[in-house]
Amino acid sequence: MARVAFTANLQRHIDCPLQTASGQSVRAVLEHVFAVQPRLRSYILDDQDRVRKHVAIYLNGERIVDREHLSDLVGDDDELFVFQALSGG
Amino acid sequence: MSDRLLVGTKKGLFELRRSQGTWSIAATHFLGDPISMLLADPRDGALYAAEALGHFGVKLQRSRDGGESWQEMPAPAFPKSDTNGLTVSYLFCLETAGADRSGWLWCGTIPGGLFLSKDNGESWTVNQALLDLPERKDWMGGGFDHAGVASICVDPRNSAQITIGVSTGGVWRSDDDGTSWRAASEGMYADYYPPPRNHAPEVQDIHRLVQCPAAPDSLWAQHHNGVFRSTDGARTWQEVTTIRPAKFGFAVAVHPHDPDTAWFVPGVKDECRLPVDARLAVARTHDGARSFEVLTKGLPQQHAYDLVYRHALSIDATGTRLAMGSTTGHLWVTEDGGDSWTMVAGHMPPISCVRFG
Repeated sequence: MARVAFTANLQRHIDCPLQTASGQSVRAVLEHVFAVQPRLRSYILDDQDRVRKHVAIYLNGERIVDREHLSDLVGDDDELFVFQALSGG
Repeated sequence: MSDRLLVGTKKGLFELRRSQGTWSIAATHFLGDPISMLLADPRDGALYAAEALGHFGVKLQRSRDGGESWQEMPAPAFPKSDTNGLTVSYLFCLETAGADRSGWLWCGTIPGGLFLSKDNGESWTVNQALLDLPERKDWMGGGFDHAGVASICVDPRNSAQITIGVSTGGVWRSDDDGTSWRAASEGMYADYYPPPRNHAPEVQDIHRLVQCPAAPDSLWAQHHNGVFRSTDGARTWQEVTTIRPAKFGFAVAVHPHDPDTAWFVPGVKDECRLPVDARLAVARTHDGARSFEVLTKGLPQQHAYDLVYRHALSIDATGTRLAMGSTTGHLWVTEDGGDSWTMVAGHMPPISCVRFG
C-alpha cells in the first residue's frame, strides 16, 4: 500500500486526509482514493483525466513523469504527495 | 424591488442587504476563492455560485437555504476524448432555462461550451450541436486563452428559443432547445479582423448580450468594437453610433419593461481599458439609441481607473435599481435608473459579477 498525502490547501476545500491505497501505478492508486472520495477527482484531474495544469504530483520526492496517463509505477512502500503548483494572487 | 445583491469577486462572494435605505455587506462566503458567476433562481429560491479555483479547477456551489449552507455540485465538464480533449477552465455564465423548464439551467463556459442541467445542477450535459459547429474552429479567446459563451438569453415567450453570445465567436440562435443553431449576427462587423472575413459570424466578439424580457425581439450587444442593437430577434443588427463618451466597453443592461432603455459603462478603447479622462460614467439611452445621456452623479470624476466587467452591471426587475462593481473593488447602486449613484462598498477585491436576487 502506498501512502498518499495532500496539501493543506486542498484540504481547505475537501476532506482528504493522509491515507494508504493500493495500486501499481499513480493512476491505479488515485482511482482507489477516488473510489472512497469521488469528489476529489475533479480537484486533481481535469475533464480528460489528466493531472490539472496547476497541480503537482510527486512520487517519493520526484515529480511524476506521465501527467497524461499517470502511468508512473508505484511500489508498496512509496509515497505520493499531491499539491498545488505555486502561483501568485 | 430586490433588497439582496450578490457580488462575486476574485476573493469571495459578498452578500449585500438593503435595510432602512442603506446597503451593507450582510454575509461573506468562500472568502479567498475566485467567484466567476452567480445565480439566484427565482423559480425555487436556490443560489448558485461558480468558483474558478486557480489550481483545482472550476466548482459549482448551491445553497437552498439562502446562503446559510452550500453544497458542492458536479461542475460542467467536457466529454472525454482520445485526442486533445477540452477542459472547462471557467464557468462564464449561468441562467435559468425558463419558467416552464423546472430545474433546468444553462451554463456557458470557457473554452466555448454550453451545458444543460435538467436537475438543478445535479448533473450536466454538453450541448453537442454547438460543440460540432464547423465555425467553432474559428472561435478565439478574447481576454482569455479560449473563446467563451458569455451570454445566454432565453426567450420568456418560448423557452426553446435561446440566443447566446460568444466572445469571440458571434451570436447564435436556437429555436429548438439547443438541438440546432444558426448564426444570428448579420449586420455586425469586427474592425479588429482583416477583411473580407470581418463580417463573418464566428469572428464577432460579443462581450455581452442582453434581451428585454418584456419585448424579447429587442436585444442589445456590447461588441468589442462598439454597440449593436437588434429589434427583430437577432435576425439583423444595427450599429449604434450615438453612444458617448466612448463605444468600447464590456457591460450592458436593458430595462426589463422598456426595450428602448439600456445602460453601458464605456471605456476608452480596446488598448486602453479605462474610463474616458479617468472619469467613471454610465451611458444611458431612453430612446432606442437615438441619443445617450452620460451619467456621472455619485461616480468618481477624478483619477478613476475602474473598469466594469461584462457581468458586473445588473438591473433588478423594476428597472430603476441597478448595481455595478469594478475591477478596483468599488460597488455602486442606483435607485433612480442611473440618475445618481451611491458607492456602497469601496474596499472589495476585484469584482467579476453582480446580481440581484
